[in-house]
Amino acid sequence: MKRSYAGWIFVAPALIAMAVFFVVPVATALAMSFTDFDIYALADLANLRFVGFDNYGRLLHTPLFWQALLNTLYFVVLGVPLSIVASLGAALLLHSPLARLKAFYRTALFAPVVTTLVAVAIVWRYLLHPRYGWLNYMLAAFGIDPIDWLGDPHWAMPAIILLSVWKNFGYNMIILLAALQAVPTELYEAARIDGASAWRQLRDITLPALAPVLLLVSVLTMAGHFQLFAEPYVMTQGGPAQRTLTVLYFMYEEGFKWWSLGSASAVAFVLFAIMFTVTLLQLRVARYTEAR
Amino acid sequence: MACRIREPSADRKRRALLRAAVGAAAPALTAGCARERDATVRFWAMGREGEVVGELLRELERNAGIRVRVEQLPWSAAHEKLLTAFAGDTTPDLCQLGNTWLPELVALGALEPLGARVRGSSIDAGDYFAGIWDTNTAAGDLYGVPWYIDTRLLFYRPDLLAQAGYAAPPRSWDEWQRMLEALKETVGRDRYAILLPLNEFEPLVALSLQQDEPLLRDGDRWGNFRSEGFRRALRFYLSMFERGFAPAASNNQIANVWNEFGRGYFSFYISGPWNIGEFKRRLPAALQSAWMTAPLPGPRGPGASIAGGSSLVVFRRSRNKDAAWRVVEYLAQPAVQRRFHALTGNLPPRRTTWDDPALKRDPYARAFFDQLERVRPAPKVPEWERIANEMRVMVERVVHGDVAAESAPAELDARADRILEKRRWILDRRAGR
Repeated sequence: MKRSYAGWIFVAPALIAMAVFFVVPVATALAMSFTDFDIYALADLANLRFVGFDNYGRLLHTPLFWQALLNTLYFVVLGVPLSIVASLGAALLLHSPLARLKAFYRTALFAPVVTTLVAVAIVWRYLLHPRYGWLNYMLAAFGIDPIDWLGDPHWAMPAIILLSVWKNFGYNMIILLAALQAVPTELYEAARIDGASAWRQLRDITLPALAPVLLLVSVLTMAGHFQLFAEPYVMTQGGPAQRTLTVLYFMYEEGFKWWSLGSASAVAFVLFAIMFTVTLLQLRVARYTEAR
Repeated sequence: MACRIREPSADRKRRALLRAAVGAAAPALTAGCARERDATVRFWAMGREGEVVGELLRELERNAGIRVRVEQLPWSAAHEKLLTAFAGDTTPDLCQLGNTWLPELVALGALEPLGARVRGSSIDAGDYFAGIWDTNTAAGDLYGVPWYIDTRLLFYRPDLLAQAGYAAPPRSWDEWQRMLEALKETVGRDRYAILLPLNEFEPLVALSLQQDEPLLRDGDRWGNFRSEGFRRALRFYLSMFERGFAPAASNNQIANVWNEFGRGYFSFYISGPWNIGEFKRRLPAALQSAWMTAPLPGPRGPGASIAGGSSLVVFRRSRNKDAAWRVVEYLAQPAVQRRFHALTGNLPPRRTTWDDPALKRDPYARAFFDQLERVRPAPKVPEWERIANEMRVMVERVVHGDVAAESAPAELDARADRILEKRRWILDRRAGR
């Protein structure tokens, strides 16, 4: 009895912090999502209407929400695998016994992660500039016509993906590199004695050994990618023709630009439901493959 | 006629509850602004104005014994900060406010009516440009005193225009169109006659305000974008993209508007007074005689433009209203406005202030003086900025081929009507009471 009492006291600070900064705001937001809270309601609560599931229903009839969802899925489906492959590739290269100047490259490849996005965006805007950009200059060497990276609705999202992969792959690279260093070298020695090729070693030793870490990395990357906001915010402001407007960006505009906090809260819960489902699926798939 | 919602005192308790709710959603944003009880006037000012206004007020502080504490806000965070301050009951005494935000704060009941104070003061309403003064009125009272003005007109390159065979800037749409055609022919495929950034709604709004029909109808309850006037403005605006006069670009792709203007990438640019200073500073000396300003052409001769700018407002919850009002009165004096202009380049809203030789001699400011007699306020509803943004998005989508030009007005009406739904509900309910 006394012991459990002491236990509660020990966890109380954490519980109170969670209640104040997590449970209460989330519950408030959930309640808000069933109302049409906006600036009129801010002026006078008599202007607040309880609308039930109308905010959610209206979302399904808002073309911009679907556009935002589509844009987000585009970014996730292309961006997550690209990002993980880039991280894995870089980690394998850094881990290779043939690599020189490891510490230097490790720092250099990690540098984009810790660089301020706003500074990066300015440089990238010039790299991607349709007339003076370095990227188009290089493409011209191959006879490719200049591409209006951030102005053409078809190219804006690929440009954002490129930037995002470059900016973020270093983080996963460090995690994967640590996991690689934990794989026992005896396994590789044994494989070499058995005459396994480098490809076989990668497929049958490295990847299975990395599986738990890869799962973790993919869950985290996926969750991060669903919440894409900062990159389009600084690069394109959601344009051109709303092709880089993501669900989170949509929510930000609803809530903080137009102050429709009711429908913005609804967007937040829809996004949460989607991410929750996708993560569950990921874990299910991982458990299934593990069991096999 | 924007609506203003009064706050019955029986609602106090509910307000407190509400504040707790909003406070939970947006924590700590206003934590640093504890209310002060002494006679210091808390004055929120934005951007460059916030940097220099302290200097302007020093004389007043010395002579009148009023202490003013200027708190600077960045423009990008100002709107959010104002609404959070209102929810958290930490609004300042005095604030600089973009006049497009005024209807919103009036609807919140956050602002002190100033009509009676103006009538008993040295401020002469008739001396102000009528369109600008009008943006500060709502529901039959006055809620702000214009501080400086902002409108949009033509910046152009006389040298390139001369090459195309024209000695003077256009006054009507027809003339303008002919010049754009000739310019496009002279500058060729890789350069353009005009820049209309796809991420700005002001140029289209300005052209729409030149029409006889209002942009919203029936007491600003519904969109009026299917009107012949708006259709005409939209057609004219879109034709500049269709015919290749304007690049389908936002400011992002232009990267440096001033450089490109200097290089002649475009010859016309619709912009505001702050760019007078920017072009003076950023263009090389050799190009200083190669740019000029001109009033915005209209459908039939010189046309109207947007009545923008910042006003000074006093908050209803202020306990220092008299002192705050004295600051407003002081800043409205022509002599002080001249010093303000010298410090910032901001254009003054009073005709008397324009008698200043420095302003009179400035050839770039002359077109603004002319334009200011023809400025019109945009619809004064809290939802306007959102609707204007829908106008911008629609243009962008038509230019990129996502929407057919013919269906744009109906689509815009549908969106505006949806945005205005709450407003209609509130007005109907009040009428029924």
